[in-house]
Amino acid sequence: MNPVRTSMRQLGVSLRVLVMLTLLLGVGYPLAMAGIGQAALHGRANGSMVSSGGSDVGSELIGQSFTDADGAALPQWFQSRPSAAGDGYDGGASSGSNLGPLSEDLAAAVAERRGAVAELEGVAPEEVPADAVTTSGSGLDPHISPEYARLQVDRVARERGLDPEQVSALVDDATQAPFAGILGSSTVNVLLLNISLAELDT
Amino acid sequence: MGGWVTVAQALSLVVLLAAVHRPLGDYMARLYSSEKHFRVERGFYRLAGVDGSSGQAWQSYLRGVLVFSGASMLLLYLLQRVQPLLPGSLGLPAVPEALSFNTAASFVANTNWQSYSPEVTMGYAVQMLGLAVQNFLSAAVGLAVAVALIRGLAGRNSSTIGNFWVDLTRGVLRLLLPGAVLGAIVLMIGGVIQNFNGFTAVTNLLGGTSTIPGGPVASQEAIKLLGTNGGGFFNANSAHPFENPGGWTNLVEVFLMLVIPFSLPRTFGTMVGDRRQGYAILAAMAAIFTVSLAAMTAFEFGAADGTAGSMEGKEQRFGIAASTLFGSTSTLTSTGAVNAMHDSFSPLGGMMAMLNMMLGEVAPGGVGSGLYGMLILAIITAFVAGLLVGRTPEYLGKKIGPKEIKLASLYILTMPTLVLVGTALSFAVPGIRADIEGTSILNTGLHGFSEVLYAFTSAANNNGSAFAGLTANTPWLNTALGVAMLVGRFLPMIFVIALAGAFAEQGKVPASAGTLPTHRPQSVTLLCGVTVIVTALTFFPVLALGPLAEGLQ
Repeated sequence: MNPVRTSMRQLGVSLRVLVMLTLLLGVGYPLAMAGIGQAALHGRANGSMVSSGGSDVGSELIGQSFTDADGAALPQWFQSRPSAAGDGYDGGASSGSNLGPLSEDLAAAVAERRGAVAELEGVAPEEVPADAVTTSGSGLDPHISPEYARLQVDRVARERGLDPEQVSALVDDATQAPFAGILGSSTVNVLLLNISLAELDT
Repeated sequence: MGGWVTVAQALSLVVLLAAVHRPLGDYMARLYSSEKHFRVERGFYRLAGVDGSSGQAWQSYLRGVLVFSGASMLLLYLLQRVQPLLPGSLGLPAVPEALSFNTAASFVANTNWQSYSPEVTMGYAVQMLGLAVQNFLSAAVGLAVAVALIRGLAGRNSSTIGNFWVDLTRGVLRLLLPGAVLGAIVLMIGGVIQNFNGFTAVTNLLGGTSTIPGGPVASQEAIKLLGTNGGGFFNANSAHPFENPGGWTNLVEVFLMLVIPFSLPRTFGTMVGDRRQGYAILAAMAAIFTVSLAAMTAFEFGAADGTAGSMEGKEQRFGIAASTLFGSTSTLTSTGAVNAMHDSFSPLGGMMAMLNMMLGEVAPGGVGSGLYGMLILAIITAFVAGLLVGRTPEYLGKKIGPKEIKLASLYILTMPTLVLVGTALSFAVPGIRADIEGTSILNTGLHGFSEVLYAFTSAANNNGSAFAGLTANTPWLNTALGVAMLVGRFLPMIFVIALAGAFAEQGKVPASAGTLPTHRPQSVTLLCGVTVIVTALTFFPVLALGPLAEGLQ
């Protein structure tokens, strides 16, 4: 058999196979999954949106910053981790900092954040947990560690004129243990915590 | 706390894999051995114009692999170039030529290296019609090549090694598609999105706006992991909360990456009629996996005393242990997905990711490619062992003659050549070096060298993960990495299929008192030793220039 002719025949087969499988895998499969998702798991398939005061204020899974336009922390809210997504928590530009472990830029940024958090919370710099001074892989991390959340309780209570016990109870409610005790780390969802905080006022 | 959780997490994974590997391995063996076609498959073959009942000689099988992959690449290139004309493209422009080439090479070669940021480059049409489809097809091609090699080892005086079109079709319809459907549903339950909403702006608590991305993510995420592809729907890949929302979805994703590669040794053992041979391969894979995972985890926990507490680039919901489990799995398979940024790992933790790929991704490796990679090493090991004791080298009753050992050696040489030459050229040619240092590298010094070394290691091994600080969307890196991915995928496949043909033609030498067994602990140890020594001798010097030097600072 002539190898060129066989190859041309195989090319014809390839193109027909590609067209059929593209319809099945590229159109049928994702649409079927979207159908199942929209019918049976509507909330989750659409991004686990959460509302406050009757309207959506974000997604439970996508972190937000609680800072002013210059990036300074708004003291009446629990603060998220630093973020490298766009100008910070940009849902259209997920990204980590990708700074290397021995990077001087990283060391400087961590030192500056540590100083800022220590000053804001009125604690010694060495008491600031690691998640408070580092950016996450996605830049959209919705969580902080329970340690960082507890560190913020007194300041938030003071700024809002609330009893620290009451704020502390909100943090406890928002604290999630790792799944089955072994998968992942303990977390506090910052947006959910701040929504419960906002709802104390209403 | 850290150590206990790490072990418990790994054990839960072992339990899941152990429960599935036998039924799935046997199912795959039946799938690729059965003479019977489903009715829908018969219709499919008729429309495609192939005779599903005839076997192919190795040359014909190989031509099918190469022509089909070439056509896939062309289609994927064209889809990107005409993006504005396609529906659901979110108003994004056509993808530039060099980037389209790199991406087409990347997804057809099962690498899923991404020189681009998906949110601002690829609309839903290209993601679904192009990228997700190749996630299935490149994986099915890898499986087909592995099965062809198994048939070569199992066959006797045979002129054929199976039918590529049948293997491809069955791999997609009977294995990958049902698996992806299950995976996608489970991931949606965990919170992975599946919609066509585009980017939604919501008014947040502060009265400003927050952007919530949308997209058909779950369908893509499931096959990206099950097919050990790794290309993220979003730039942050599986660190993105919409790709990997929590602790248990993380374990599901790790499981999806490992389930086919760790079940294939059972398929192999069943098809060659000696399950002990399959368990020997599985034991070698599992041993290397365990040691590597322990090492990366130890290095990352060891760095937790540093200023950044080992949390830079890691998600709070995963922490250190779930990040290293994912990172080890991703680089020991050919996936390349990440749930934490490897660029920010400790020097030695990041080195483990590189070393995992440099092992040739055989523990357990990508779907199909991991098994054929490990079988090549088993053949080399049998050859070495035969020489040591002065016997004719044999593997599974097949003589390893000059032709066979040449093909196996060429396989082993391809990847290191691509990695070392690519990295060397990037720094040796003055014009390229200026571009690399000026544009591509984010971190200066030793870590910058590591970024480039990582990129070529990832491309030549069809992994796709990165030290992502590297800006790879430049003419040199798009081209060089594109070539490394194609050559790193298809040249070894040529050697494997030729080897399958050579083995199939042979008869089977009956085992005698002089035959060296290949299923005993001793031979498993030797196989692990050969795997590690080949890698260490090849890559130690270059690792010493980058991550090792950095780790010793």
